[in-house]
Amino acid sequence: MNSVMGLINLSEDESFITEVTQGRPLAALPFGGRYRLIDFTLSNMVNSDIANVGILLHDKFRALMDHLRSGKEWDLARKQDGLFILPPVQAEQAVLGDLQNIYQNRDYLLRSRDQYVLVSGSSSICNIDYRKALAFHVQTGADVTLIYNQMAVGDDDFIHCTTVAIDDSDRIVDMEVNAAKVKTNKVSMGMYLLDRELLIDLVDQAVARGETDFVKGIFLRNLNKIKICGFCHYGYLGRIHSIASYYRHNMALLRPEVWQELFFENGLIYTKVKDEAPTSYGVFSDVRGTLVANGCLLDGTVSDSVLFRGVKIHHQACVRDSLIMQNCEISEGAVLEHVICDKGVKITKGKRLIGEKCYPLVIKKGTVI
Amino acid sequence: MKSKECVAMILAGGQGSRLGSLTKKIAKPAVPFGGKYRIIDFTLSNCHNSGMDMVGVLTQYQPLALHNYIGIGSAWDLDRKNGGVYVLPPCLRERGGEWYKGTADAIYQNLNFIDLVQAEYVLVLSGDHIYKMNYGRMLDYHKKMRADATIAVIEVPWEEAPRFGIMNTTEDGRINEFDEKPKHPKNNLASMGVYIFNTSLLKKFLKADAIDSKSSHDFGKNVIPKMLKENCGLYAYQFFGYWKDVGTVDSFWEANMDLLNHDCQLDLYDPAWRIYSVNATRPPHYIAPTAKVKRALISEGSQIFGEVDHSVIFPGVIVGEGAQVVDSVLMPYAAIAPGAVIHKAIVCRKAVIKEGCFVGAENLSDRASEITVITENSVVSKDQKNTATSKQVG
Repeated sequence: MNSVMGLINLSEDESFITEVTQGRPLAALPFGGRYRLIDFTLSNMVNSDIANVGILLHDKFRALMDHLRSGKEWDLARKQDGLFILPPVQAEQAVLGDLQNIYQNRDYLLRSRDQYVLVSGSSSICNIDYRKALAFHVQTGADVTLIYNQMAVGDDDFIHCTTVAIDDSDRIVDMEVNAAKVKTNKVSMGMYLLDRELLIDLVDQAVARGETDFVKGIFLRNLNKIKICGFCHYGYLGRIHSIASYYRHNMALLRPEVWQELFFENGLIYTKVKDEAPTSYGVFSDVRGTLVANGCLLDGTVSDSVLFRGVKIHHQACVRDSLIMQNCEISEGAVLEHVICDKGVKITKGKRLIGEKCYPLVIKKGTVI
Repeated sequence: MKSKECVAMILAGGQGSRLGSLTKKIAKPAVPFGGKYRIIDFTLSNCHNSGMDMVGVLTQYQPLALHNYIGIGSAWDLDRKNGGVYVLPPCLRERGGEWYKGTADAIYQNLNFIDLVQAEYVLVLSGDHIYKMNYGRMLDYHKKMRADATIAVIEVPWEEAPRFGIMNTTEDGRINEFDEKPKHPKNNLASMGVYIFNTSLLKKFLKADAIDSKSSHDFGKNVIPKMLKENCGLYAYQFFGYWKDVGTVDSFWEANMDLLNHDCQLDLYDPAWRIYSVNATRPPHYIAPTAKVKRALISEGSQIFGEVDHSVIFPGVIVGEGAQVVDSVLMPYAAIAPGAVIHKAIVCRKAVIKEGCFVGAENLSDRASEITVITENSVVSKDQKNTATSKQVG
């Protein structure tokens, strides 16, 4: 069998979602009640028989290390292969661009024995079987297979995306990073499958030419020199690139068909286990249209919201269209609408916090209001 | 292996026949409980939280699910280099092999396990009780009293005392009399089936008990009375808190319902004393806009479209639109179709209740009505009669 290794590149643009990425990288952003963004990428890899995964860290990685630890939850705490944490060799490397970061970890790529590498970021939420992409890669004889998604034109999700144009033979003929005006509806999911040795060669060449950006320096530059084909993932795609998109994709989980697809379609999504008790609903609880993780104590009114682990909603509190992260407490008489409460926020009695659907109000981690 | 001060021995081999169809295919300690746990989680978590990291689990009846569940003990942080959890089923020896004939015999047959770490004390536990207890404190008490053996006791209501082993003590806590299920109890301090023994003394009594052909090899019936007769220093350690033996369908159901009571002393939400469990990999549960949920425990991966009141819902359960679940326990992956009604019932793993079915007690206000049990993997359709009169459907 042609084996595949995973390389998760965490140099991702966080400048548009700083409200929730101050103390954590995008990859460690809480999502869907009990997950962090990276759980999807990691679980998809593991569910596609990828057993050797390197994670290229960028900065602020304490939260992520605390989440990943040995990799046991993803079955990646192995004697051979498994999870490899690859921090920047020197602190200043972080500002030199992600290409340098990969180059500095060249030894890891050289030492691995897998034939292919799947390079991915962590900000695309989906449930995908990479084995299908591999079959496509082998069948088309491509040098590189880029995974993309077709989105409806007019969707504001086109912000900060990489679009691709594809010819009849699935070959990518044009690629635009962060274009002001998009020309196609084919959006790159930031996932690339290629031969391991080819990746090492491409990285070496690009570094020699003074390139610093992985996507631009390797794929965009060589679009005409190597055969890059596009593999379409037809399922749900949640691109997390702004507070609005972060909020919207969390709320999409309230649609049972999205819940079903993202959490079950090609395999289960694993995450760090917290051993919380089941959620307790009190005599006065009125909860509807809501996703609830374990460990919550609910006695108030909640609708159209996502509640993370260990949330307390007191009697006569009212939460609507909101995202309440781990260990938050909403006291008696408080009203929240279109709010994102980061971890450990406490809303005291009777406070009213109202955001907008297109611009939810973000309460910073640990704030007491 | 390095020596350990104390080893814990969990008795988990009983069939639990009074639980009826709940234990047809699995040992009692492996029966799901409380929305995400299995019964043995409480004892194993107590061991971990009390710092007991050398734990033997004595299994015998239908052990596959239990062995599979315990694995190498990672869920309870008992996968240790030195010590950890050991599954101890009966085995063949030089002179043949035997089943465990009783609680005392089970420990007797595993004396070599205790010798492995030269433990000074042996803590004997049951794998089928629901409680949170710090065994470390009990051991401290045992040492302080310079006891030969210490027995944990709990105050039970006087009217229930005749169902238990009752300890009569002197003022300093020394046990001077042990009444097994007395008709006229002298006090209401019942044995919880939690014992600490000095290893050397325990060995002496177990060896004597093993060759006693009249003995039924039981701690409560034989070994403890014999120790008392020979004037050993037996002390009662009083436990305050929630404790329940879930040996019958009624007490199993009641213990589940106790968790829904906000005054319940068994706090599952205390981060300092977590109850650990093998966690199902499931997303958060979904409460639909059509749902109505009150007084319930609901676990991850469930989807609720109907009404749930005063019930315990395990992972992966579906309650369809317009369905009504009251005073019930729905075990993992049970599916309740739209419009079905479940009253005072225990629906086991993967059982399917078809559309429009009625399962359970007809009159909810009748507190004496029996509990209906729907067995694992069974399918209940509309033409079947599923009230308590035809208990244990499937």
